[in-house]
Amino acid sequence: MKEKLVLIGNGMAGVRTLEELFKHDEGAGSDLYDITVIGAEPHPNYNRIMLSPVLASEKTIDDIILNTVEWYTENNIELITGDAVTEINRVNQVVNTEAGRQVAYDRLLIATGSTPFIIPVPGAEKEGVIGFRDIYDVDTMLEAAHTYKKAVVIGGGLLGLEAANGLMKQGMDVTVVHLLDSLMERQLDKTASQMLKLSLEQKGLNFMMEAQTAEITGDKRVSGVKFADGWEVEADLVVMAMGIRPNMSLAEAAGIYCERGIVVNDTMQTYDPKIYAVGECVQHRNECYGLVAPLFEQAKVAANHLAKLGSTRYQGSMTSTKLKVTGIDLFSAGDFNEAEGDEALVLQDPSQGVYKKLVIRDDKIKGAVLYGDTMDGTWYFQLMRDEASIADFRNTIMFGQHDLGDAGHGDASAVMALPDSAEICGCNGVSKGDIVNAIVKVGLFTLEEVQAHTKASSSCGSCTGLVESILASTVGDGYDATPNKKPVCACTDYSHDEVIDAIKTHELKSMPAVREFLEWKTPDGCAACRPALNYYLLARWPEEYSDDAQSRFINERAHGNIQKDGTYSVVPRMFGGLVKPNELRAIADVCDKYDVPEMKVTGGQRIDLFGVKKEDLPPMWKDLSAAGFVSGHAYGKAMRTVKTCAGKTWCRFGTQNSTGLGVKLEELTWGSWMPHKFKLAVSGCPRNCAEATIKDFGVVCVDSGYELVIGGNGGIKVRVTDQLTKVETEAEVLEYCGAFCQMYREEAHYLERTAPWVERVGLSSIRERLLDDEKQRKELYQRFKLSQKYAQIDPWKARAEGEAAHEFTPLKLQVETGSEALLEVS
Amino acid sequence: MSNWTEVVALQEIPNMGSRIVDTGKTEIAVFRTSDDQVFAIRNACPHKGGPLSDGIVHGNTVTCPLHNWKIDLASGEALGPDEGCSNVFPAKVENGQVFVDFLMA
Repeated sequence: MKEKLVLIGNGMAGVRTLEELFKHDEGAGSDLYDITVIGAEPHPNYNRIMLSPVLASEKTIDDIILNTVEWYTENNIELITGDAVTEINRVNQVVNTEAGRQVAYDRLLIATGSTPFIIPVPGAEKEGVIGFRDIYDVDTMLEAAHTYKKAVVIGGGLLGLEAANGLMKQGMDVTVVHLLDSLMERQLDKTASQMLKLSLEQKGLNFMMEAQTAEITGDKRVSGVKFADGWEVEADLVVMAMGIRPNMSLAEAAGIYCERGIVVNDTMQTYDPKIYAVGECVQHRNECYGLVAPLFEQAKVAANHLAKLGSTRYQGSMTSTKLKVTGIDLFSAGDFNEAEGDEALVLQDPSQGVYKKLVIRDDKIKGAVLYGDTMDGTWYFQLMRDEASIADFRNTIMFGQHDLGDAGHGDASAVMALPDSAEICGCNGVSKGDIVNAIVKVGLFTLEEVQAHTKASSSCGSCTGLVESILASTVGDGYDATPNKKPVCACTDYSHDEVIDAIKTHELKSMPAVREFLEWKTPDGCAACRPALNYYLLARWPEEYSDDAQSRFINERAHGNIQKDGTYSVVPRMFGGLVKPNELRAIADVCDKYDVPEMKVTGGQRIDLFGVKKEDLPPMWKDLSAAGFVSGHAYGKAMRTVKTCAGKTWCRFGTQNSTGLGVKLEELTWGSWMPHKFKLAVSGCPRNCAEATIKDFGVVCVDSGYELVIGGNGGIKVRVTDQLTKVETEAEVLEYCGAFCQMYREEAHYLERTAPWVERVGLSSIRERLLDDEKQRKELYQRFKLSQKYAQIDPWKARAEGEAAHEFTPLKLQVETGSEALLEVS
Repeated sequence: MSNWTEVVALQEIPNMGSRIVDTGKTEIAVFRTSDDQVFAIRNACPHKGGPLSDGIVHGNTVTCPLHNWKIDLASGEALGPDEGCSNVFPAKVENGQVFVDFLMA
C-alpha cells in the first residue's frame, strides 16, 4: 500500500519537487506515493517567470506550459485544478477544498508560493487594480490594453519594470511610480539605476520618483492615482508590483509555525514533520526567496527526503538577478554597495552605455553590478560563489574573462545582441536560436539540461560561458546557476575536491570502496565518474591500485586515438622530437606493412599514423617496439610531448642545449597519467621557437640559466604561461618540473587542464609551495618519481606480448543474422 | 523458434566490458554487465554509427565513445533527450557459456 502525498500548489517549486522525486525510482510516477496535486489556478504547471515575455507578446501562454495535462496522467498524478485548499486538518491528516473535496494525506507538501503585495490605500479594491502574478493578471492586462490607454505601475523593482515594459509594448502609455529615488534599489547602485532609468525613458516609459501613493480614485473602475503630496495622474489600469508576500495563511491557520514565511529546516520540513514546504512560501534560515534558482535547490532536497534517502540538506542560496527587458543588459549579484573597508573597481564608458562595478573585500568579489555589457556576469558570480582570490588578476578583471570565446566567437560581448542564426557551439553546430528555442519550449533551467537537449557546450566546452549567458538572459532570474558545489556527476552529490580528499584521508583504495564510502547513487557509476575515480585512485595509490581498464575511455583502453570511422591512430614517442634514420625507416616499413592510409607530422613534433584497424594495433606495436619505440600517449589524459627547438648545438642564437634538456624532461615524465593532457616545451633562447609559453610546463633558456613557465594552453582558450621561477641548472629544471607535475596530478580535478587549475588555485599559492618550501618541493618530486616507477611500463610492448588480447580480437562467427541487422550505418 | 548460437565463455568477456562478434557481414557487440547479465546489440550507435563495444558500461547502459549517447542495452534505445534505436538480439548465459540468437532481431 503506497502512502498518500498531497501537493498544495500546482506551481514551479511543487511540481519540480515531484519531478525530482520521480528521478529516485525507475519508470513513470513514484513507487512510494499515490500523489494528488491541488492547484487554485485552472492551468497545469507553467513557467511563471516567463509571464513578462507573454505580456510583451514575445511568447504565448502555450510556450510557457512546463507540464501538460498528459504529464500528470502519465505519472499517475491526480490533478485537481481551479479549486483552492481552504483548510489543512492536521489531526485527521486531511485537506479540505473550496469545492468541498476532502483529500487525505500521509505526507503533505505545501508550495503555495506568494501573493503580490497590494498597498492598503483607499480604492485599492477598484476594478482595474491588479497585481502581476499569474496568467489571470496577464490576461487582465492584455485585455485592458485593447480597451484603455493609460496604465500606472506602482513599484520600480524588477517585476514592476517588466510589467511596465510589457504594457508599453501593448501600446499603453505607462507611468512607473516608485517610492524611492532610484529604480531597482535592491539590485542596483545609484549609477546603474540612473542609466537604467535613462534607457527606459528613451524607450518611452514615464517615471514618477519618490512618489507615495495615497489613493486610487474613480467610481467602479479606477480613473487615477493620487499621491501624498497632492499630485494626481490619470489611469485606466493600475498594476501593483510592490513586491510579494509568502502565501502562508493556510499553514498559519493550521497552527504551523510561521514568521515572514512558513519556517522550514534544512530538510524542508515544517514544524510538523509530516508537512514539507518549498518555494516562495517558505522561510529558511531567516531568508525568503523570490527567485527560481533557490526554489529548485529546495525541491531537490525535499524530493530526496520524500524518497526516504535523507542524504542532502538545503543550506541556503546565493542569487543573482537579470532584468528581462529586451534590449537592456543588466546583471546584479551580492553586496553591490561597498561597505566600510571594501573597495570598488569601476569601469564606466558612458557613450557605449557600459557600466561595471565589482565590490571587493580581502581580494574576493562580494558583489557585482553590470550594465550594458553583462557577458562576464556568470564568471564574476562564479568567482564570488567560489570565494576565489582575485589577487593574481585584479588588474585585468574589469575587462572580463577575455579568453572566454576564443575559439571562433570573436569578441561577442553582448550575447543577446547576436542574431538567432549565430553559431554558439562550433563543435556541434548549435545556433543561438536553437538554444533559446530549447530553453523556452522544453523548459530548461540549468546548463546541464541545455547540454543534454541541444548538445551545445557538451563537447569542447569553450562556449559554456556563452551558453550560460543565453540561459541567464532567456530565463532571467529563473536561471539555476551552477550550485556552490558542483558534484562530480549525477551519481553523487560530492564534488571533485571532496572525492580527492576522501580517497586520501580515509585511505580508499578501490572504486567500490569509494562508491560505498561516499554513498554513490548508482552501483557502477557512469561514463563521467568512473574515469575520474580511476585516475584519482591511480594518482594517490600508485603502488597499490591496479588500473581498471573498463573505467577508461576507449582511447586509453586501446592505447590509440579512436577516429570517426572507428579506426585508430598511432603516434610513436620520439623523445624531444629527435629521430634517427633507422627509426624513420622502421616507421615507414610499418606503414607499408599495415597499409596505413595517411601519415602526418603533428604539432608536438611526432609522426601520426592514421587509419589503423583495431586488430592490427598489437602486431604494429610489436614492430615499433622492436625498433625501440614506446607509446607516445597521444591518446591519453597523460604527459604527451616535449617540443624542442634546435638549441645551441646548431642554432647561432641558442643559449643552452634545449634538445638535450627536452630529452631528459621527456625521459622523466613519459608515461605519467595526468588529470588532462599535459605538454612541455624547451626553447633554446627567448625567441622561443618551441612555443614554450603556451605549454603546461615550459622552459625558456637564457644565457644565465632557465626560465620556468607554467599553465599555458594553446587549445580552446589560448593562455600564455605564468612565470614560475628561474633556475641555473638542468637538475633544478627536472626537480621543479617533477614537483609541478605531481602537484597538478594530486590537486587538479579530472579533466581540468593546468591553465584553469592555475587560475583556480592561484599562481601565488603554487609559487609559495614550490619555491618557498624546499621540503615540500622535494617530497612532491619524490612522489612523482615513485609513481613513474609504475607508469613507465610501455603499454604497447605489453599488448604486443599479449596483454588484454580480448580488446583487439573480434570473435569470428559464420552466422546468418536477422535482416534488419544488415542495414548499413549511414 | 529460437536459434541459439554459442558465442564465447562468459569469463572471456571483461566484467563491464564487451566482445565483438564479426559475422563477416556485420558486427555485433556482446556485453557483460557488472552483475553478469549479457546483451547483444548491433555494434553501431544509432547516432553516427559509433562502435558501442568501445563504450563504458554502467548498469544496463553503454555510453557511446564518440558523442556520449547513452544506449539501453536491453532495448537498444537511446536514453534521455536523445532519440534512436539500434538492433538488439536475445542473449543468455548457460553453464558459463554465452548464447546469442542472431536471427531474432
